[in-house]
Amino acid sequence: MRLPHAWLALQAITGREVVKFVRQGGRFASALVRPLLWLVVFAAGFQNVFGVSIIPPYESYIPYQEYIVPGLLGMVLLFNGMQSSLAMVYDREMGMMRLLLTAPLPRAYLLFAKLLAGTLLSVLQTYVFLVVAVLFGVAVPWSGWLYALPVIVLAGMMLGALGLLLSVQVRQLENFAGTMNFVIFPMFFISPALYPLWKLEESGATIVFQIARWNPFTHAVEAIRFALYGQFAAASTGIVVVSLIAFFMVAVHGYDPQRGMLKRTGPVA
Amino acid sequence: MSEAIDATPGTAQRGTGDDRDVSGAASPVNALLHLDDVRKSYGMREALCGVSLAVQSGEFVALLGPNGAGKSTLFQLLTGLFNADTGRIRVCGHDIRRDPARALAGIGVVFQQTTVDLDLSVFTNLGFHARLHGIGGRRARERIDENLRRVGLADRAKDPVRALSGGNRRKVELARALVHEPAVLLMDEATVGLDPASRRQLLDEVLALRDRGVAVLWATHLVDEAEAADRVIVLHHGRILAEGHPDALVRSTGAPTLAEAFLKLTGGSQG
Repeated sequence: MRLPHAWLALQAITGREVVKFVRQGGRFASALVRPLLWLVVFAAGFQNVFGVSIIPPYESYIPYQEYIVPGLLGMVLLFNGMQSSLAMVYDREMGMMRLLLTAPLPRAYLLFAKLLAGTLLSVLQTYVFLVVAVLFGVAVPWSGWLYALPVIVLAGMMLGALGLLLSVQVRQLENFAGTMNFVIFPMFFISPALYPLWKLEESGATIVFQIARWNPFTHAVEAIRFALYGQFAAASTGIVVVSLIAFFMVAVHGYDPQRGMLKRTGPVA
Repeated sequence: MSEAIDATPGTAQRGTGDDRDVSGAASPVNALLHLDDVRKSYGMREALCGVSLAVQSGEFVALLGPNGAGKSTLFQLLTGLFNADTGRIRVCGHDIRRDPARALAGIGVVFQQTTVDLDLSVFTNLGFHARLHGIGGRRARERIDENLRRVGLADRAKDPVRALSGGNRRKVELARALVHEPAVLLMDEATVGLDPASRRQLLDEVLALRDRGVAVLWATHLVDEAEAADRVIVLHHGRILAEGHPDALVRSTGAPTLAEAFLKLTGGSQG
């Protein structure tokens, strides 16, 4: 694989994703409206219900709205990651995938380029959401915007790789809604996105608490939360990176012509 | 300019003895596309049972077979989407299994199913493909212009593909398949759904590529498309039943026309 070739292909794949995204104005709007509803409506309603005590990385009592910002950033990444994989399933049904997979580049690289392209869109959306959150009066330290970038990129890639992995398993678009429900909602709710995990433990929901501790999304949210306040959550970031590598490797395996998806789907692909 | 040569195996090797193609005893010297005893099964069903074929530079070979003969499977193997269970496939001397990137660089494909982005312009669609093949900038523009001119669509470059007729969309896909100057062109039932005039035009465009030394494998279940071929390979139930010049096939079967010969060979199961 020559570098200029790899670079051109990455440009092509990223360019296509961006053009598609711009074309679907509704997707961008819903990507923003979804977390915004949580921030403005849900957080306002539950302001006094959830008393958030002082837990790291926070140094004082914080408003609930401020607490859920990292979780909502994670939500943007999660939805976009799934959306990218939905696009993969669509491309496969429409045959565009064949065009991509017959490019004279290693398949793993082509999938990686797809992942990077999707992550770029994810990251752009999280920052637009951060701007909107600030406009709604949520305080996020300015330095955090910078510190959080590498963590947001990693978390975006990890969730994108999960989407890629799911796109191997999901054969048809119709099956996708179910997968979304079985992946997005549990991942989001069984995580510290909306409440600190100690609340789960305290309320005796031990099993849910344990699941949440193993949920990669939990660590994505925590890594972002700490980074926003200039702290590095090493363990969480490590888990995000390990999950990213694992998801991506299984996805590449799934797209291998020898094994995985293509072998199972038979001659209709 | 070694990069340019690398990206255009067709130009580099076309019409000469391929010095990398030394190992296969059964391989004709000039074959740009070469299959040796290729087998593929899905579960219990054997889709291809030992297919061997070769396509030379400047040769137009029609792969004629009824639906379900194994043509699609064969094309999926040729484009690296699947791997064969056994046997070898080489493109310009590169084994598609061991060196898929090099082999794929030598192949241009028009898929049975349309694979253009309808909302993007003709030029953008071709540009996407060019970059996937490592061709960018001015070189990409030149190649795209050249190939759109070849299929008579130079003035439609800026139009969204959606605005084009079915026949012209297929021509866009043909132009796209040629942008990276492949040595081998694969046409997978590319005329499906086209009216007779568009069908003829597309066939003529591809027949003309022989002069450039392109090796063409044209899959079809329509006998009239095979009549213009240099060689016809009749595929049925995953096996090659007959192979030869259309006239020779007619003679050998004792049938009055190629269509009759085809029906005779496949037991009348066309369609």
